[in-house]
Amino acid sequence: MLLDSDLVMSALRALTPILLAALGGALCERAGVFNIGLEGMMLLGCFTSVATSWFTGSPWLGVLAAALAAAAYSLILAVGAVTLKGDAVVLGIAMNLLAVGLTSFLLRTVFGVQGTFDDPSLQGLPLIGGFSPLAYLSWAAVAVAALLLSRHVWGLRLRGVGEAPDAAATLGVRPATYQYAVILLSGVLCGLAGAQLALGNVTLFTENMTAGRGWIAVVAVMLGRAAPLGVLLAALLFGLAEAAGFRLQGLGLPQQATDAAPYVVTLGALFLTTARRRRLPRPSGARP
Amino acid sequence: MTRTSLVGALRSPLTFSVLAGLVIGALFLVGTGADPFTAYGAVVTGALGADGIGSTLTTGTSVLGLALALAVPLRAGLINLGGDGQMVLGGITAAVTGLNSPLPAPLTVVLALLAGTAAGAGYAVLAALCENHLGVPLLVSSLLLSYPAVSLASYLARYPLKEPGSSLPQTRALPDGVALPAFGASTVTLGLVLVLVAAAAYWFTDRRTALGYEIRMTGLNSRFAAYAGVERRGLTLRLMSVSGGLAGLVGAIGVLSFPYRFVDGSLTAPGYTWTGLTAALLAGAAPLGTVIAAFFFAVLQVGGLAMERTTEVPRELTQVLQAVVIVFLAARLRFPGRLFRKREAV
Repeated sequence: MLLDSDLVMSALRALTPILLAALGGALCERAGVFNIGLEGMMLLGCFTSVATSWFTGSPWLGVLAAALAAAAYSLILAVGAVTLKGDAVVLGIAMNLLAVGLTSFLLRTVFGVQGTFDDPSLQGLPLIGGFSPLAYLSWAAVAVAALLLSRHVWGLRLRGVGEAPDAAATLGVRPATYQYAVILLSGVLCGLAGAQLALGNVTLFTENMTAGRGWIAVVAVMLGRAAPLGVLLAALLFGLAEAAGFRLQGLGLPQQATDAAPYVVTLGALFLTTARRRRLPRPSGARP
Repeated sequence: MTRTSLVGALRSPLTFSVLAGLVIGALFLVGTGADPFTAYGAVVTGALGADGIGSTLTTGTSVLGLALALAVPLRAGLINLGGDGQMVLGGITAAVTGLNSPLPAPLTVVLALLAGTAAGAGYAVLAALCENHLGVPLLVSSLLLSYPAVSLASYLARYPLKEPGSSLPQTRALPDGVALPAFGASTVTLGLVLVLVAAAAYWFTDRRTALGYEIRMTGLNSRFAAYAGVERRGLTLRLMSVSGGLAGLVGAIGVLSFPYRFVDGSLTAPGYTWTGLTAALLAGAAPLGTVIAAFFFAVLQVGGLAMERTTEVPRELTQVLQAVVIVFLAARLRFPGRLFRKREAV
């Protein structure tokens, strides 16, 4: 049997990092910032959470440090794209590259190992009812983000900044303030996503362990039209693909086929949704 | 150089970014307890000395090839992030062609190069079709398509095409003579010449042809270019086929050079695609600048190994350096200039 409660559970576990990162990406998108640095911020969160948990013995401090480190890292995008009006796409690509180099460099200078840091005394996150606390937090974050965007004045102004920055500025809303806020928030969420990946789903750090999940989150933002519930559905799709992939691997399918599954499913979903409504909303920062 | 042009060059974002990258790299070196001068010295002598220059030119072949592959669409404002997939498909196609072609060896080499180029071009066109007809941004479609391609090539090298009896994930070695001629005893092959010819062709197209003008105009202002009659979809398709073709060619060159077979991971692990993209971004995709930037990064990559031997600073530092340069460049920082000038009102 392929589809059963185990599969749903593992799908829900697999979707958490994507969901957290994609929520951050969706908020940025709503404020008119195309954030493709999610992958790098997440990877930095992975390393920081593992390093902090190792040195302090507390996975909770690991989670906190990951959120802070990724938020600090997101300032590169905030200063570069909002204040200096640089190219958000190029900045995002550079941030992803920088994170790969930086975490591999730190892995070797701090732990003296190459490839993977894996130690029995490294503390991971506890499970509550089969899920890490960050999984529950991610579901709550969906609800909070949905309410914020649809009901709260802050969310309405945020959308105004994204849709008509000049009009918003005329009304006394400072677009830069809102954009800084969502970029920092996306940093926090990506940091949490990284912590979930490195201390929740597994308990180790591997070079480049995000392996394209940040990019899947970018796609989830597009698929979900930058709406929290839409993003949740898109992330669920990815989670199911990853979980089904693992299941099929157990049934003898080669690992390469299951590795590719989430990307193929994501692409397929992109095709189907765009075939239906013809065009995706174009990411705000992308060239026309 | 006159005084004003010297100041101008120093204040250009490019100079600033490279210098800032080197300064931040030096801070990292000091942080790990190494002497920056020794370390940077080791990078330069390691990459350009007698022992390293062959390796630098070999790495430079791949980096320049992918830098060109990414520069061609970038000139029109299109970002192709699928270089890994296109390169790997080119490599595995060249390997299959080389192993099975009934033609004499020299013709087989030509056929394998063409087949690899065609495979990369065909796959890149897929991403262009996604953008043109499904509205999936090229950036995203090209990157997502890359993962299945890498997985497919990995599967082929590990199972159906695996060398019998070997414990390594690699295909059989190509038959005798099915290889690109090397210069002397070095690992530098005719592939370097092919890539340089491609760079010259890109320079000529960019500077001397109407197509090159259309591409640059689209990059500068795509709406104006469309108004002036540049057909965007066709241009995207053509640019992506050239881009993917170049990436596929690099894969084929990799297979037709030492170790004369497709080894899983050997094309993607060195990160040529990202280094190439960094070089193309640094040069703003300008032909000559792309060549210079590609060799600059090849020197960093090869010299990084020498630095690691001499100072025990991990070679990953050079990757940090590359990314820092692009971060500064993307934010368009320059010497005192902008930071201290009063910002224009929003």
